Amino acid sequence: MPAVSKGDGMRGLAVFISDIRNCKSKEAEVKRINKELANIRSKFKGDKALDGYSKKKYVCKLLFIFLLGHDIDFGHMEAVNLLSSNKYTEKQIGYLFISVLVNSNSELIRLINNAIKNDLASRNATFMNLALHCIANVGSREMAEAFASDIPRILVAGDTMDSVKQSAALCLLRLNRTSPDLVPMGEWTARVVHLLNDQHLGVVTAATSLITTLAQKSPDDFKTSVSLAVARLSRIVTSASIDLQDYTYYFVAAPWLSVKLLRLLQCYPPPEDASLRSRLSECLETILNKAQEPPKSKKVQHSNAKNAVLFEAIALIIHHDSEPNLLVRACNQLGQFLQHRETNLRYLALESMCTLASSEFSHEAVKTHIETVISALKTERDVSVRQRAVDLLYAMCDRSNSKQIVAEMLSYLETADYSIREEIVLKVAILAEKYAVDYTWYVDTILNLIRIAGDYVSEEVWYRVIQIVINRDDVQGYAAKTVFEALQAPACHENLVKVGGYILGEFGNLIAGDPRSSPLVQFNLLHSKFHLCSVPTRALLLSAYIKFINLFPEVKGTIQDVLRSDSQLRNADVELQQRAVEYLRLSCIASTDILATVLEEMPPFPERESSILAKLKKKKGSSKLPDMDDSRKNVNGSAEHAEDAEVASKVPSHTFTDNLSVNSAPSSGASLLVDVFSDFSSAAPTESSDEHFPRFVCKNNGVIYENQLLQIGLKSEYRQNLGRMYVFYGNKTSTQFQSFSTSVSSNDVLCSHLNVQEKPVDPLIEAGAQVQQILNIECVSDFSDAPVLNIQFRYGGTLQNIAVKLPVMLNKFFQPTEMTSQDFFQRWKQLGAVISPQQEVQKIFIAKNQMDTDVTKAKLLGFGVALLDGVDPNPVNFVGAGIIHTKTTQVGCLLRLEPNTQAQMYRLTLRTSKESVSQRLCELLSEQF
Amino acid sequence: MQFMLLFSRQGKLRLQKWYVPLSDKEKKKITRELVQTVLARKPKMCSFLEWRDLKIVYKRYASLYFCCAIEDQDNELITLEIIHRYVELLDKYFGSVCELDIIFNFEKAYFILDEFLLGGEAQETSKKNVLKAIEQADLLQEYINDKLSRSVLPPLCLQ
Repeated sequence: MPAVSKGDGMRGLAVFISDIRNCKSKEAEVKRINKELANIRSKFKGDKALDGYSKKKYVCKLLFIFLLGHDIDFGHMEAVNLLSSNKYTEKQIGYLFISVLVNSNSELIRLINNAIKNDLASRNATFMNLALHCIANVGSREMAEAFASDIPRILVAGDTMDSVKQSAALCLLRLNRTSPDLVPMGEWTARVVHLLNDQHLGVVTAATSLITTLAQKSPDDFKTSVSLAVARLSRIVTSASIDLQDYTYYFVAAPWLSVKLLRLLQCYPPPEDASLRSRLSECLETILNKAQEPPKSKKVQHSNAKNAVLFEAIALIIHHDSEPNLLVRACNQLGQFLQHRETNLRYLALESMCTLASSEFSHEAVKTHIETVISALKTERDVSVRQRAVDLLYAMCDRSNSKQIVAEMLSYLETADYSIREEIVLKVAILAEKYAVDYTWYVDTILNLIRIAGDYVSEEVWYRVIQIVINRDDVQGYAAKTVFEALQAPACHENLVKVGGYILGEFGNLIAGDPRSSPLVQFNLLHSKFHLCSVPTRALLLSAYIKFINLFPEVKGTIQDVLRSDSQLRNADVELQQRAVEYLRLSCIASTDILATVLEEMPPFPERESSILAKLKKKKGSSKLPDMDDSRKNVNGSAEHAEDAEVASKVPSHTFTDNLSVNSAPSSGASLLVDVFSDFSSAAPTESSDEHFPRFVCKNNGVIYENQLLQIGLKSEYRQNLGRMYVFYGNKTSTQFQSFSTSVSSNDVLCSHLNVQEKPVDPLIEAGAQVQQILNIECVSDFSDAPVLNIQFRYGGTLQNIAVKLPVMLNKFFQPTEMTSQDFFQRWKQLGAVISPQQEVQKIFIAKNQMDTDVTKAKLLGFGVALLDGVDPNPVNFVGAGIIHTKTTQVGCLLRLEPNTQAQMYRLTLRTSKESVSQRLCELLSEQF
Repeated sequence: MQFMLLFSRQGKLRLQKWYVPLSDKEKKKITRELVQTVLARKPKMCSFLEWRDLKIVYKRYASLYFCCAIEDQDNELITLEIIHRYVELLDKYFGSVCELDIIFNFEKAYFILDEFLLGGEAQETSKKNVLKAIEQADLLQEYINDKLSRSVLPPLCLQ
């Protein structure tokens, strides 16, 4: 086939594209584009009527410019004119422009629809296809209104060409997806089903997609498609591989059509008709048998196509969930894939087995693969595959293997990627609760979770362990003993202090008989953690102390002394101060009886679905999780389900945390256990900001965000691969901010490269006040994105959402390096010699600011490198060196910046031992001058 | 399929096809995010990944990444072969296709895609039939012989 000069070369277009490709900088590109836009505009406006070719060429240029990412605000009219051209190529470009750049201008839509109407009526298959492609690509409501009734007619008309039928079928599918209400069902639907019998496999392929989409919405109308689909599938799977000619793909008969037919069958239950049912089973068995045959080709395309059909067949078998024999065969087949050398197949096998695990017929068969799955968890190199292994272990877990699976997940957690830790924590917490026969194991597991991954243990998890301990009196003594022991560790996670404070406050008496855990020892142990904790935890501990006064009169004096100290009674935090004052007063004036009543042991919590499960569902999307609901309600043997979770949960939790705060404002303490079950979601729009972000490349302090309510300032310091950022939130209003909370989010890629841990922040910010939050940052490996700080608070009645891109960039982890001229050049040459051209990155760019030597120097130093004087033979050039520290590696970087004051330009060259580092540093630094 | 993106190893977008209605801003955001995510992955890694509530299927041919977003129920392996068949179509049409062919003849790349996929679904999987449709169209065009300077890049090397 002649390679070049296909069709109509548009010379002007090619030249223009070449020009753009030759542009050395973004600025030059913009300049070239603006020149072209001006040119095209003047051509379009000129008095001379343009011929079709020129019009086509200019429209095509505009399209190219748009696809480069620039805005286009004219040319639509010219494109519409092309639609009515007699020349195919002009019409084609017109349609392409309209498809990509559709404009809701009503006048134009009318013209476009007119042109489409003409082409649909033209009886010229090529023109009709163009029109149908355009409708399918745009798929707008206006088009649906205009054509939704014409297209079914075209689709089922006896004299329509095959290729037009194909386009019409998928065009209708698109309109049905975007505006289902406008696509009328009618007698055509019955005829569409019969397209499954069409001789032309292309027509069948397109029609199957359409029927599947329609059948999902109204299965009853398309019931007859089941028998036709089975018949068709049967003919395909039994055909010799050459029978289907060009529809055979790498020795696999019509793989796309097979997958689509199997998909269509998944809209329906197993066929009731016995002969149809057995015919389908035969098909599925044939597909399973083929998987065991030796491959007909070594090409990956062959195995992919074959296995695509196999996986879809397994999906259908799982969907039917009625043939134990097929389910077990499917499971065995997937078991083989678990150890396949292709990563893709291992991934899919793990994924598919997850659904198989929830079928009663195959659950046991899935369980036999436990060792393979555990080893996948330990050895797979790709985190997305490991994630699938975790999912599968979770799905295959039952009472018989829960201890093993929980233990394996816990040990994996120690080294797991940051991105999936929270999810594993939730899963372990759920499994431990669900399969706990004896609750001591449950308590041990949760405490282990806190020890291994305390930062990832969300409130839901530790609330839940407290609920369970409160509700089950057989485990309370054990829990008290275990937390007491765990608290002995010199450094323990704050979540453990919370659990410990709560449990000892309730059940410390159960272990007080042992002199090693006497009341005073318990109190001293808790209090030794007090000063390291955040305000909400301290509030909880104060409540534990007053509970101690009730439980152990002998330590009353000691605790009163603590409460009476200035650091409590005059604490700057209003909640802590209030608690100290009230608890102290209560302990002085209340009689023993009153104290005992007020500080009575917590009543059992009403039973409800675990909030952990809700959280996991939210995280994963419920569809992906096997149903784990059955026995979870039975924490204390009652299956009663609280109808009104909100009210029910407030009663017991208030007794503990807040019953003593007289005029309790919405406080940190109040939310401790109340919020467990209420879902804090809000529809308030998020204000996001990254405008100040570039300013922080070369400096560490300043204001990152400001609006009318809030100002956010930053101070940060970095050492090697670690950083600490102090974030200051200033309330600019004369009203208090309530429920102030923050979270740092990173996208999936970033969170495996950068670890940001946030310290708690005060939930209240008084009018005009400023609070500080500390973020600890760890650079695991080089990265290019930035984490986002999400801030939420209530101001007046409304919930405010703000998202700020945090200025944590790769260059923050620079350590400057001094070196001599000789060393520098030697290293520079070394990096030059081994490269791979990517290790050197060079960029030439126009100066955006005045070219001042001192400013440049300051910026380079701020960027993090050491400036090396007297290295470059040309004294106006800057040369710098530094090392990027990450947890995994260190990357040496050399850079050279050559200003050219005459041209007002710079040339920046970076050589590092790692391509991605060179790239990122160059991007960051070149924006600074 | 919700969309298909072709981009280079340097992260330059070469082709974008959207089968769901999205604003330009949203499209740009998705593109930026996905290009970064995919480029950050090592060779030998699995060709599938979860992204938002979609599944991403991607494959690299020489300097170009082909990346499709499909829904939860869709078949990953057949999508991988959709990518391959599209590369075959381009290859057959251009004759050892390379990135430059797609840059300079972007409109052709779109036309071929439209013959192969419509509304995000396979319309015609026979290579012969797709190319026949495109060639018929080419025959309708006035023939301007114009040799472009071509091929400084390696072909996309079909395996």
